[in-house]
Amino acid sequence: MTNLLILPILIPFLTGVILLFFPKQITAQRTLSLISGVALIAVNIFLVIDIAQNGIRTLEIGGWSPPYGIVLVGDMLAGLLVTSTAVLSLPILIYSIHSVGKEREGFYYHSFYYFLITGVSGAFLTGDLFNLFVFFEVMLIASYILIVHGNTKRQLRESFKYVLINVMSSALFVIGVAYLYSVTGTLNMAHLSERIASLDVEAPILTVIAVLFLIVFGLKGALFPLYFWLPASYAAPPPAIGAIFGALLTKVGIYSIFRTYSLIFTQDTEFTHTLLAVLAACTMIAGVIGAIAHQDVMKILVYNVIVAVGYVLFGVSTLNEPGFVGAIYYLMHDMIIKAALFLIIGALITVAGTSHLKQMGGIIKYHAKLGWLFFVAVLALVGIPPLSGFIGKLMLIEGGAERGQYWIIAAMMVSSLLVLYSMIRIFLNGFYGEIKLERADQHGTTKGLLLPCSLLIAVSALIGLGAEVLYPFVSTAAETLLNPEIYIDAVLKE
Amino acid sequence: MEILMSIIAGFLFMVGTYLVLSKNMIRIIIGTGFISHGSHLLLLTMAGLKTGAPPLLGLQASTYTDPLPQALILTAIVISFGVTAFFLVLGYKAYKVTGTDNTDGLRGPDLHD
Repeated sequence: MTNLLILPILIPFLTGVILLFFPKQITAQRTLSLISGVALIAVNIFLVIDIAQNGIRTLEIGGWSPPYGIVLVGDMLAGLLVTSTAVLSLPILIYSIHSVGKEREGFYYHSFYYFLITGVSGAFLTGDLFNLFVFFEVMLIASYILIVHGNTKRQLRESFKYVLINVMSSALFVIGVAYLYSVTGTLNMAHLSERIASLDVEAPILTVIAVLFLIVFGLKGALFPLYFWLPASYAAPPPAIGAIFGALLTKVGIYSIFRTYSLIFTQDTEFTHTLLAVLAACTMIAGVIGAIAHQDVMKILVYNVIVAVGYVLFGVSTLNEPGFVGAIYYLMHDMIIKAALFLIIGALITVAGTSHLKQMGGIIKYHAKLGWLFFVAVLALVGIPPLSGFIGKLMLIEGGAERGQYWIIAAMMVSSLLVLYSMIRIFLNGFYGEIKLERADQHGTTKGLLLPCSLLIAVSALIGLGAEVLYPFVSTAAETLLNPEIYIDAVLKE
Repeated sequence: MEILMSIIAGFLFMVGTYLVLSKNMIRIIIGTGFISHGSHLLLLTMAGLKTGAPPLLGLQASTYTDPLPQALILTAIVISFGVTAFFLVLGYKAYKVTGTDNTDGLRGPDLHD
């Protein structure tokens, strides 16, 4: 029973390994993938309920007690995020089965899909800094292969840059770990937090290391000056792969900032958290400028990924309860809704045969369901009340107001409005407007693609309507982040 | 000793950064090799270069060197080895398909192929 915590990592890992043995039996590949997807959701929901009832769960791997061995820590934040990961990975899998094509599927597609999930779940659950690095690499290596999977010219071009950026940021991660180890002499996160809190003297070196980690995680999570690699590389692979990237990869970077800046680097918050707030505001603005500027529907969506990174980071920088609650709500909402939007836009591109906004129009006449799904998804993204984006943004504003950061709240409101503009432009030009393609000229069907999109929109609506049900879980997560002692006591048990 | 090693690591980072900023694909990949060497050397240095026996209990010495950074470096080496192998093949494939090993050739039209 205590080993429950490893199942979110073990299930996708074993699935990926087993799938390596029969790459050409596509039916078997799909069946096993779908079964594991369902099992993963069930296990994760069970895990969240378990954490809610019994508090933080820890698993000492190999029976070595914490500062010496590797420990997995399931607190509420990690539980909620692994559950969101599982919930969105199943619809994307269904969508991939209908869209990536037999040739790609016959070449280990499902294996790498599950290795990516392994890396993401592991990064959420680990309690050790170097182990976090290793899970980052598991995730990144799977993503390198998925981004170039299929070998089109555009994918090869963009993946070279993507791999280079991530190799550099991984080297910086190792350097950061080296500095932190030389200052504190430990790598366990709870033990690090305890040691840093017990340093009485002012230690400017810790602020330097904190900023180094911000650069590392900012490169993974696309923060303001470090987001330049993201737009081109996420638009290159097929939409199903773009969806899993847009929903998960940047979010792991933000989660790491969230974890390290609430647990480890808490000694000079005046400087570090002001820096976070300023970068968050710049990220929102830079992202939204890109979203307005582009005419390519995929590019518009990819820049919206950057905007959302800014919102969550703003919540992290507030360091108070409403801000943290808002950031967690928004993080979960954004994982689901970005996956949904990538899938819907993928279907739109399939139908229209182009990703250029000027060349499409009147799609809604023949694809009414797709059009209205997109419309609901846009409303949820922007945060129209009954849907999922509202509660997160509301709490973020409350958190910001408590700290008196009114300028950043203003930037957030304006950028929300511009996000709405950028997405509604797709709706008005692409779905409405004059019909540019008659039925006979259309390039593909949405057969099978609508089900996964509807599933994700339904989850988003559930998060919005069931905010009251979800609130106790989210507030427990925020409480653990605000009081690192709870985390430290649960891990070190002394 | 730590000062000397820090200077050497810094030099490796300098060389690596210079190479990564060049336009030739193979020079970029060699540059990432230099940077991972630098970071592994730094990891070893920052843990302290005390004199002591290799961390083997059979030697029964009074002091041993710190075994943890050695394990970390071993992990980081195999990871960067795997990534570099993939990166080299990717560079080769990109060269075959795009017909150039210059990063200017990786630009291409922004919106469409």
